[in-house]
Amino acid sequence: MENRPLEYDYTVAKMFMLTTVVLGIVGMLVGVILAWELAFPAVNTIAGSGLAEYTNFSRLRPLHTDAVIFGFTVSGIFATWYYVGQRVLKVSMAESKFLMALGKLHFVLYILLVASVVGSLLLGITTSKEYAEFEWPIDIAVVVVWVIWGMQIFGLIGIRREKSLYISIWYYIATFLGVAMLYLFNNMEVPTYFVSGGIGAWYHSVSMYSGTNDALVQWWYGHNAVAFGFTVPIVAMIYYFLPKESGQAVYSYKLSLLAFWGLMFVYLWAGGHHLLFSTVPDWMQTMGSVFSVVLILPSWGSAINMLLTMKGEWQQVASSPLIKFMILASTFYMFSTLEGPIQAIKSVNALAHFTDWIVGHVHDGVLGWVAFMIMAALFHMAPRVFKREIYSKSLMNTQFWIQTLGVVLYFTSMWIAGITQGMMWRAHDEFGNLAYSFIDTVTVLHPYYTIRAVGGTLYLVGMFLFAYNMYKTMTSGRRVEESELQSASPMGA
Amino acid sequence: MFHWLEKNPFFFAVAVFVVIAFAGLIEILPNFAQASRPVIGTKPYTTLELAGRHVYIKNSCNACHSQLVRPFKSETDRYGHYSLSGEYAYDRPFLWGSKRTGPDLMRVGNYRTTDWHENHMKDPAAVVPGSIMPAYGWMFKNKADVDTAYAEQVTVNKVFKTPYNAELPMADGSKVKVALADSVEAARASALEEAKVIAADMKDQDVKDAVAKGEIPEIVALIAYLNSLK
Repeated sequence: MENRPLEYDYTVAKMFMLTTVVLGIVGMLVGVILAWELAFPAVNTIAGSGLAEYTNFSRLRPLHTDAVIFGFTVSGIFATWYYVGQRVLKVSMAESKFLMALGKLHFVLYILLVASVVGSLLLGITTSKEYAEFEWPIDIAVVVVWVIWGMQIFGLIGIRREKSLYISIWYYIATFLGVAMLYLFNNMEVPTYFVSGGIGAWYHSVSMYSGTNDALVQWWYGHNAVAFGFTVPIVAMIYYFLPKESGQAVYSYKLSLLAFWGLMFVYLWAGGHHLLFSTVPDWMQTMGSVFSVVLILPSWGSAINMLLTMKGEWQQVASSPLIKFMILASTFYMFSTLEGPIQAIKSVNALAHFTDWIVGHVHDGVLGWVAFMIMAALFHMAPRVFKREIYSKSLMNTQFWIQTLGVVLYFTSMWIAGITQGMMWRAHDEFGNLAYSFIDTVTVLHPYYTIRAVGGTLYLVGMFLFAYNMYKTMTSGRRVEESELQSASPMGA
Repeated sequence: MFHWLEKNPFFFAVAVFVVIAFAGLIEILPNFAQASRPVIGTKPYTTLELAGRHVYIKNSCNACHSQLVRPFKSETDRYGHYSLSGEYAYDRPFLWGSKRTGPDLMRVGNYRTTDWHENHMKDPAAVVPGSIMPAYGWMFKNKADVDTAYAEQVTVNKVFKTPYNAELPMADGSKVKVALADSVEAARASALEEAKVIAADMKDQDVKDAVAKGEIPEIVALIAYLNSLK
């Protein structure tokens, strides 16, 4: 008994793997529709003018961001937690009936939450605050789902065999705490129905904060939702999956220590860079700029630690598409965390803010880093969870190149669009008058919007290849033995 | 110390929390009292304007339009005076936006009219050739939710002491009072009075008929809100 390897229970992990794939496709499909709407406005009424209310750009936009953040990414975080958590803590979910039941409840509530979010956003029920659009009843449900996840983390930690917490666990704990703090404070709102004695819509609420204060709290949240949704948990993933897949030990423990605590301390200060030249105090704007630049250190600390983990084993990048995904993710992480600080410098921000360059930045981060890492994690998990070989290696390679091309088209076109528009907004003629009317700065973007839509579409095609490959792995991949699952994942042709 | 923390999850979590909460405390708390003071000329929204603000939010107008004029010549030339913190004192939530796919709307009430908005919302490209803004035809049919707007007025007045029924100083030295209705029926009636003034400047016969029947289409509320942005 003592000498037998642990049998991990991946029931809940599998459920969240499914939603990762499905919500990834949904979120990105909506994104692609939005991209084509900006390039060709006729797409806004694609389902007829009767349904235009539900297909037009402005109604769909929050659905896109929230589906990718709270659907795709959060599903990926949960899926990997229910896989990685057991393995690094050396304890199986099956050992605790309570955690098992709670995990299933976690999934069911999450699905209900997703359904209510999609429905309410389509109906236009929103608080307008970016990535915090949900009204108070949904906010409460979010808190419940999040607390359940916290119980899972600390419950599993409580019954662990491995006493020392692996680096990934640090990052999962930080994700849980960070999002909890940010979400609670940013969504402080007063339901109007109860205060007014039962008048109007029951779900409507009004923000506890007004004007500049509201903006300050919102971007403290908005920026750090990126930190604790798109950075911290994704770093948790790469610290587990890259060493596992490559069979290499993490390059430096000390560097991972420095990068972790550095990231925790520095990230929260940087939110002010979303509010440069706004009405928040100047000192706070400068703090936002300075800390954004300092943020390069811990970000690159993790990324370099990952790249150096491949030291002496670089041939794996050429031979394994799975390693390719992770190395490109890590590279995009470096790229994106250099681009962000550049945009946070005041003089650059004066040009870049409110333009498509910001949109480009978000997407090279999310498509290049977050999504690549999550897909790599799922590819690594699939053979271990389903006890089958990955269906097709060549399909993985095809997906990799199509999506890489998609990301490159996306961010290059948005760079050009953003800088073009920013320059045109500020251009003056020889008499000191504005050189362009606003609409001139819109029509000029048409070719870039078209290229972006093509890039986005390519990425979505890659998502479908991903879903197909995962489905085939699950249903018809060659069955594998435990001995084949030590490091590099088995892949079919 | 770090090795010890890694074996003691509770203290590890406490340490993480302290480290991440630090910045928020220092950056956010000191500003709170300072920033919420209104400047002269700022007044709370009327029931119809607030209902229009809800239409604005419902359709995520803030996804493409900012309400924040930065202190640059190119921006003040285009949109008017740069934004002051106190001007947002009654904005819950703030609507600064993060992307200008369309122009800033902070002071759109200074240079656009009811008539312009009516035509533009119906068919943006007919008013601004080359515009990529979609048409908002349903706003001419859907009815504005005046009750919820009134509930919000009552709430902000009760909870945050937003000064309704109080004399507020305007830039020209005059005083203005924004009334808060005593009941939801009275609020509906006063919103309708406001709506009639807007509808008188509009051409859409369905909208005019609806207002004559005592209904308020979303577009009327939205225009009331846009006209109030100055």
